Amino acid sequence: MLQIRDLTKSFPQPDGTPLHILDIPEFSVGVAEQCVLVGRSGCGKTTLLHIIAGIGRPTSGKVKIDGWDIALMEESEVDQFRAERIGYVYQTFNLLPGFTAIENVMLGMTFGRDRADKKRAANLLERVGLSHRLTHRPTQLSVGEQQRVAVARALANRPKLILADEPTANVDVGHQQQIVDLIRDTCHEEKISLIMVTHAPDVAKQFERIEYLEQINHAGRAQ
Amino acid sequence: MSLWKIALRSIQQRVLASALTAFSMSLGVALVVAVLVIYGVVDQSFRRSAQGFHLVVGAPGSRLELVLSTVFHIGKAPAPMSYDVYDELKRGRLGNSVKFAVPICMGDMYQGCRVVGTTSELFGDLTYSDDNRAYEFSAGRNIQDGEYFEAVLGSIAAQKSGKKIGDTLRTTHSGTSGMERQEAFTVVGILKPTGTPVDKGVFVNVEGFWRSHASALDAAAAEAARARAAKEEADRVMGVTQESESTTTTELSDKDLMIGLEATPTEETPTAGAASAAEANDADLLPRERKRITAIFLLLQDGTESSIPLLQRELQTMGVQAVSPVEEVSQLFTGLIGNLQVILLILAVLVVVVAGIGILVSIYNSMNERRREIAIMRALGAQRKTVMLIILLESILLALGGGALGLVAGHGLTWAISPIIAEQTGVMVDAFMFQQGELYLIPGLVLLASIVGLLPAAVAYKTDVAQSLIASP
Repeated sequence: MLQIRDLTKSFPQPDGTPLHILDIPEFSVGVAEQCVLVGRSGCGKTTLLHIIAGIGRPTSGKVKIDGWDIALMEESEVDQFRAERIGYVYQTFNLLPGFTAIENVMLGMTFGRDRADKKRAANLLERVGLSHRLTHRPTQLSVGEQQRVAVARALANRPKLILADEPTANVDVGHQQQIVDLIRDTCHEEKISLIMVTHAPDVAKQFERIEYLEQINHAGRAQ
Repeated sequence: MSLWKIALRSIQQRVLASALTAFSMSLGVALVVAVLVIYGVVDQSFRRSAQGFHLVVGAPGSRLELVLSTVFHIGKAPAPMSYDVYDELKRGRLGNSVKFAVPICMGDMYQGCRVVGTTSELFGDLTYSDDNRAYEFSAGRNIQDGEYFEAVLGSIAAQKSGKKIGDTLRTTHSGTSGMERQEAFTVVGILKPTGTPVDKGVFVNVEGFWRSHASALDAAAAEAARARAAKEEADRVMGVTQESESTTTTELSDKDLMIGLEATPTEETPTAGAASAAEANDADLLPRERKRITAIFLLLQDGTESSIPLLQRELQTMGVQAVSPVEEVSQLFTGLIGNLQVILLILAVLVVVVAGIGILVSIYNSMNERRREIAIMRALGAQRKTVMLIILLESILLALGGGALGLVAGHGLTWAISPIIAEQTGVMVDAFMFQQGELYLIPGLVLLASIVGLLPAAVAYKTDVAQSLIASP
């Protein structure tokens, strides 16, 4: 599903020299495979997810998803690709405050190939246990419920790959396991590949494949 | 979910700022609408009133004043003409080219409405509006030429006076005296609304009009005679000679004419020959020298462009002028009033533009706090041009929302002031009649909103997704 080869990402510093964040010779995730990425803060986990999602561009290298090298695509093509094949669950949920729960899920469909389907959005919310919260706005939901809406939104376009960036970091301990189970189970049922970033050992140990970013990212070693 | 809905949600999220922005837009649009509607309706009403006859004949003077006073009942009635002019147009040589010559006598008022002495032809044979509508009565009938003291009321005049069929009314002299005439006119008909100044007129039989003036003259003459006799008696007793007799008579004569029809013509019109046999035989009618006419409405047999100037020249040789009301109204509206409308429209459009800038400021100021929302949409797959379009749609929605409110407010404002316009000018303003210019408002507002929305839309376009997502909590 995902093949990364010779990926580098660097940012220019004020003195003009580049700051190397990522240098990954090879990294891949198979179809329906679930992988957890572990790493210390600032080691480039979010940057890597952004590059995989096409939100950020690599400095060099190949990022192939489902056979498509998104590093070679035009920006508008990447946007379309992301809308249709990648689901993203954020640490801060990133729900739009002016939209209800169901509208937030439908928003995920709006930019995809198919038209926004209200019935599917309602089904997804029902699946994450929020059938009674369809018309609630994010501020009217608990943090756990907000993250469940975010998960439903990530599933909206039947993605091939879900990227979850510390999805339990802002959720209270009581709800963390629910969120992890929800994401894992859903990806398993839908045969969706999953890359979840976390630095919670309790979460990481539940996955068969654990990757430590410091090991696959040579940029860290160079520093 | 449509992009319109996303834009609408964004507006709802900042409801107060959005409402104030839309409100300022509505004020500008309301002003534009009010100017368009009032100008359009007044223009239509004036043009409608100026139809139905070809020429207005009156004493020499301002052409516009003649039309305004006799057709639109605005301003002072012009000096009267000799009856002979009417007689010539009715029965003389010029009569061959005239289909209808309708006398118009003015100078009296009734409860703030102009009293017009005329014949049954005004409502029986002439029409109004460019589609030649016949006058219709909501109650009663037209005045009959043989019944001298009959009156027909325009719809507003009837409403204002509360008079019904069978009621009587006494007109008053419109000069400084405000003297009430002795003779009462009986209301025999009430006209349906026409949307012209006719609606606020009181129309009486011209013969009755002349008689009421004549009796006032007679009463004044009798009073003067009594005064003269008393003076003579006093002079005789005191042994003073009566040297001032002729002077008194002259003064009385002048006063009579002033009472009769406001003023004598500055230049007496020539006599058109012998009175007609029909009139001479009618012993009941007033003698022709006691009849004066303010204006004559002429409907010609041949109202072509070539025949009108000929008749105008003929009438000029008689010392009177013949004016085309359509031409005068057209000049008035393309000239003074048209320019005034342009100035008012420019001011109103400027208000709309300022409101448009208000939209720009409102959306632009919100862009900082919305960077995260835009980044989220981009992360969900929205393209740069899509988020740009959403911002433009938001700007358009605000402008159209304000515009719709402004349309309603503009027509509402016109509706609110329409009674004042009707009261002052007799023009019935149909506040809910849409003007063609209003059609341009929608594309105009969309264009303005698109222009002012470009800057915030460009900010949305340039939003760095990764940075905005990381920077936001």
